[in-house]
Amino acid sequence: MRNKENTIIALLTCLIFLGLTCLPGIPVFAAEPYKIGCIFSVTGPASFLGDPEKKSAIMLAEQINQKGGINGHPIKLVIYDTEGDPTKAVLNINKLIFHDKVLAIIGPSRTPTTLAVIPIVQRAQIPLISCAAGIKITQPVKKWVFKTPQTDAMAVAKLYSYMKEKNIKKIAILTVANAFGESGKEQLLKQAPGFGIEVVAKETFGPKDTDMTPQLTKIRATPAQAVVCWGTNPGPAVVAKNMKQLDMKIPLFQSHGVASPKFIELAGKAANGIILPTGKILVAKDIPDSDPQKPVLLKYIKDYESRYKSHVSGFGGYAYDGLNLLMMAMQKAGADKAKIRDELEKIKGYKGVSGIFNFSPSDHNGLTMDAFVLVKIVDGKWQIIK
Amino acid sequence: MDLAAQTLQFLFSGITNGAIYGLIALGFTIIYNATEVINFAQGELVMLGGMIMIALSRGTNLPIPVGFVLSVAAVSFIGALFERFTIRPLRNPTQIGIIIITIGVSILLKGIAMFVWGKETLSSRPFSHMAPIHVGSATLDPQSLWILGITFGILLLLQLFYQKTITGKAMRACAFNKKAAGLVGIPTQKMVLLSFVLSAALGAAAGVAITPITMCSYDMGTLLGLKGFCAVVLGGLGSTMGSVVGGFILGIVESLGAGLISSGLRDAIAFILLLAMLFVRPQGIFGIKEVKKI
Repeated sequence: MRNKENTIIALLTCLIFLGLTCLPGIPVFAAEPYKIGCIFSVTGPASFLGDPEKKSAIMLAEQINQKGGINGHPIKLVIYDTEGDPTKAVLNINKLIFHDKVLAIIGPSRTPTTLAVIPIVQRAQIPLISCAAGIKITQPVKKWVFKTPQTDAMAVAKLYSYMKEKNIKKIAILTVANAFGESGKEQLLKQAPGFGIEVVAKETFGPKDTDMTPQLTKIRATPAQAVVCWGTNPGPAVVAKNMKQLDMKIPLFQSHGVASPKFIELAGKAANGIILPTGKILVAKDIPDSDPQKPVLLKYIKDYESRYKSHVSGFGGYAYDGLNLLMMAMQKAGADKAKIRDELEKIKGYKGVSGIFNFSPSDHNGLTMDAFVLVKIVDGKWQIIK
Repeated sequence: MDLAAQTLQFLFSGITNGAIYGLIALGFTIIYNATEVINFAQGELVMLGGMIMIALSRGTNLPIPVGFVLSVAAVSFIGALFERFTIRPLRNPTQIGIIIITIGVSILLKGIAMFVWGKETLSSRPFSHMAPIHVGSATLDPQSLWILGITFGILLLLQLFYQKTITGKAMRACAFNKKAAGLVGIPTQKMVLLSFVLSAALGAAAGVAITPITMCSYDMGTLLGLKGFCAVVLGGLGSTMGSVVGGFILGIVESLGAGLISSGLRDAIAFILLLAMLFVRPQGIFGIKEVKKI
């Protein structure tokens, strides 16, 4: 008799627990949380990168936890700010690895901060998914380092293949004298012969210069059929205005560095007719429905804008993709750092915000030039041309 | 396009930039002529002029002349506050003390502008909507003509002010010897205040005129101030004519250097010119050699 009562009580307790765990919206986790480190330039000069990255990561982590986490384990983000400074990035990476004992790290946001922390994560053997664009991060391949943003090389390839199609054979390049411009210049010069393009003039301008007419005058004297300008605001807007002042009729191509509404605002009417490569997020609503990235993009934009009541930028997607990739790897690997790395490397065909990722032992970026679309500015609006 | 036509284009670009530097240099000169100090916040006053103009004309259809007058008035007022609250309270004003205060004010103004208008670059409408003017095979932007006109207009007015009016003469007397000027009945404090208001107004006029070409960001003042200072030293401290001539020389040499030699050397050329001038003729082109008896 006594035995029977006990069994009934035990069964009831089980039922109550089961009921609790099944209550909608309040998942109860039996398992230890998985700790993931995040390190972004949330403040400082590169806050336009770090701030949306942080917000996107928090948003996605909430969504993952609402759905029950990874194999029952909730995820816990530990977020630090680098202020865009390599020294602070190194300090915080050490803190994440040795104090917080995270399983993997997303970030940093900038190429210099990422390059500074690579030796540390390589030595500590912990997977890192960088949100910085520099090609040097994943070329040559480093065992523990991955990255999600598209690289300059893909933007250049996208532009050049369009030029080849339009029979543009002689170009002039005008690049900004900073890391972004130098990296672009390197790729522009390196890839030109492969597309049958000759660079007939290479000029530079300072990041704060307000008059590029001398450089453009020099370019006007060359047989260039197009000008390619590689920089971040405001310089490229000055270039666009100066070309109109000089009444230059040859087409102007810009980089993805100015793919934001700010550029159109700065350059005004001079922006019309400019062609540039950009990630698909800028034109998400206009890309064809057949594009496999479209649903991902629309969901991300809707979630972000309703959660933060502000416009989405192209940069938050780097962290969003990073965390999603990590989640996929951790579903298979659990809490084993080496296994997480191995699983990351095996991911194929993940449809993300920045493109479709196909990682392999020789490619830790996983994107191709199809991650970019070419857009033309028509009457102050972006229009997809390919 | 042959070299001659190219050079003409470089000259146009140089003259435009030269006029901008000249305008800023004039602002330095006015304060120097009343106090014998360099106001390192001059570039920030230019930035404020541009920013206020953009803020006023944003979203509204404010006529440009009205915006111009309002921005100049607002920045003049800031200039007056600047003098009244940071320069005048000094009990023992030394030149170096005042110079350091102006550097402090420049940092403060930059910080305030960053908070009010953010870190982004802003742009404003040109004064007249016209196609570029063709001269031979070179082209000239209509806004350049506006800047040139404003520079020469102000230069003319200033020359008249210093040479023909009693206030202008009193101001120069202040700089020459403040104590003696006070003894002959010149209200020296008012003269210093007036010089700050004037140079702020001038800086604002420059800011409003140049932003359609250069665009405007909270930190544009530093480099502009530096270039204006170069122009002042080239032309000779204290000479209004020298400031404008110095500005033009700097602008043209920069543009020719960037165009004919290398665009990467642009800023270096300006400073090499400045150093060369300091070695060869430290008093500047129009400056009078200072003789001090010890």
